[in-house]
Amino acid sequence: MNNALSFAECSARERIAALFDAGSFHEWLPPSARVMSPHLAQLGVPSAFDDGVAVGRARLGGQPVFVAAQEGEFMGGGVGEVHGAKLVGLFQRALRDRPSAVVLLAESGGVRLHEANAGLIAVSEVMRALLDVRNAGIPVIVLIGGRNGCFGGMGIVARCADHLVISDTGRLAMSGPEVIEASHGVEEFDARDRALVWRTTGGKHRYLLGDADQIVADEVPAFREAALRALGASRPLTLADLQAEHRLLAQRLAAGAGADDAVELWQQLGITNAQQVPDLNAAQVHELRQPAAATS
Amino acid sequence: MIWSEVVRQLFGEVAHVSADGDFLSGSAVLDGQTVTVVGTTQHAPIGYALALRQAAVVLDTVARHPGRPILLLIDTQGQQLRRHDELLGINRAMAHLGCCIDLARRQGHRVIGLVYDQALSGGFITSGLIADACYALPDAEIRVMRIPAMARVTKLPEARLAALSLTNPVFAPGVENYVRMGGVRGLWGTADQPDLAAGLRAALADASTADQRAADGRARGGRLLAADVVQQVLAAA
Repeated sequence: MNNALSFAECSARERIAALFDAGSFHEWLPPSARVMSPHLAQLGVPSAFDDGVAVGRARLGGQPVFVAAQEGEFMGGGVGEVHGAKLVGLFQRALRDRPSAVVLLAESGGVRLHEANAGLIAVSEVMRALLDVRNAGIPVIVLIGGRNGCFGGMGIVARCADHLVISDTGRLAMSGPEVIEASHGVEEFDARDRALVWRTTGGKHRYLLGDADQIVADEVPAFREAALRALGASRPLTLADLQAEHRLLAQRLAAGAGADDAVELWQQLGITNAQQVPDLNAAQVHELRQPAAATS
Repeated sequence: MIWSEVVRQLFGEVAHVSADGDFLSGSAVLDGQTVTVVGTTQHAPIGYALALRQAAVVLDTVARHPGRPILLLIDTQGQQLRRHDELLGINRAMAHLGCCIDLARRQGHRVIGLVYDQALSGGFITSGLIADACYALPDAEIRVMRIPAMARVTKLPEARLAALSLTNPVFAPGVENYVRMGGVRGLWGTADQPDLAAGLRAALADASTADQRAADGRARGGRLLAADVVQQVLAAA
């Protein structure tokens, strides 16, 4: 392999520094501003000076973009009141200032349970703010490659974006395997079966299904190249788009009726050599996808 | 309150809403105005298929009945916690439902949510929480997760969370707390105003489609920082 910087192993700010044009990031409400969660202290839980997300402006290939990066090391990237409001503010500012794109480096377990109700409302506010930006013709590009994956409400938010990039080691889903196992037992989902977890939620699966537009290796330069390719990929949603999306999702439901495992589903969807997918790298998986699996 | 009684109190006899398992759909008439009704019952877990069924009703309304208001009737235990739904991409199906509702709003449909029984987390985010405005019945319940499960996941003592849930709107399940935080605009069928139809009538007459929940949360004292943080990002140098 090579020695390229691992996206998964970087912190949120390291990713920003390495992914966007050198020295171009300017942060709004940086840690020195100490805009922090009002809820964690009363639980005796440590707070973060940035509430686990960095937002600001930067340049990508010379183009002005807005940026948000969630820090998975702080509460798993969970969305609380302040964290969510920083994202909403960024999207509202994008609507006003019209950058070339908004790039969201998503790493999150979804709603931050320590802020429960406030976190749930915040995620839905992020979703509406994102869709306002998308429908104004400003592309929202989501990059997923952090160790915590992108789950819960943020898994939904990610699928509301114009363009989604995932690494082969990234994960995108709704409920985590542990939650499903706790709810319906180990027979339903064995959270310790890593191969099963990756086949069900991992980047290769999401790309082969068309849930991600691009699959890349776990390298910051690869994410940068993918984000550069996605600039200009604005796709405001029309009735025809959503009708096409509906047909695609209905076909998938039918194809999935006889598929208990990802390999069977890939075969149903016409992916050749489905059995070999777990052993392939990102470039090889990229070659496998059928044109018909294109996203909405 | 059971869904059929909610529909009866809202629309009287001029309603054609039916249940197919835990899926609700149909139409009804209020003051001569036909309204699309779609939602769930029996505390339905919202899985991939049920999200699609609801999305289909919204898309059909946008395609065939331009401008017709849409009422979302919400009773859910949250997202379906099954491996097969994850395999299919339940997050994409839910995002699709949310995008369909968002499209309806942009195309001039009023979209109103009503939590008439219970609403939990993932089942609520792409229904009532993405409507123009969400309302609730006074005895409904809205929460992210039950206290014992929340204690397990956060590793916080259950007794502490239970105590906080009595006083802190962030942890308490009652709909009044969601009203204070701005997540729910108001309650229908209160002692002061028992007429549900009056609630829907007023909601449909309110033409604002901007997301005012953070501002409501601040004004009502239940969510003090969100609106200010948004403004700080907008104003930051």
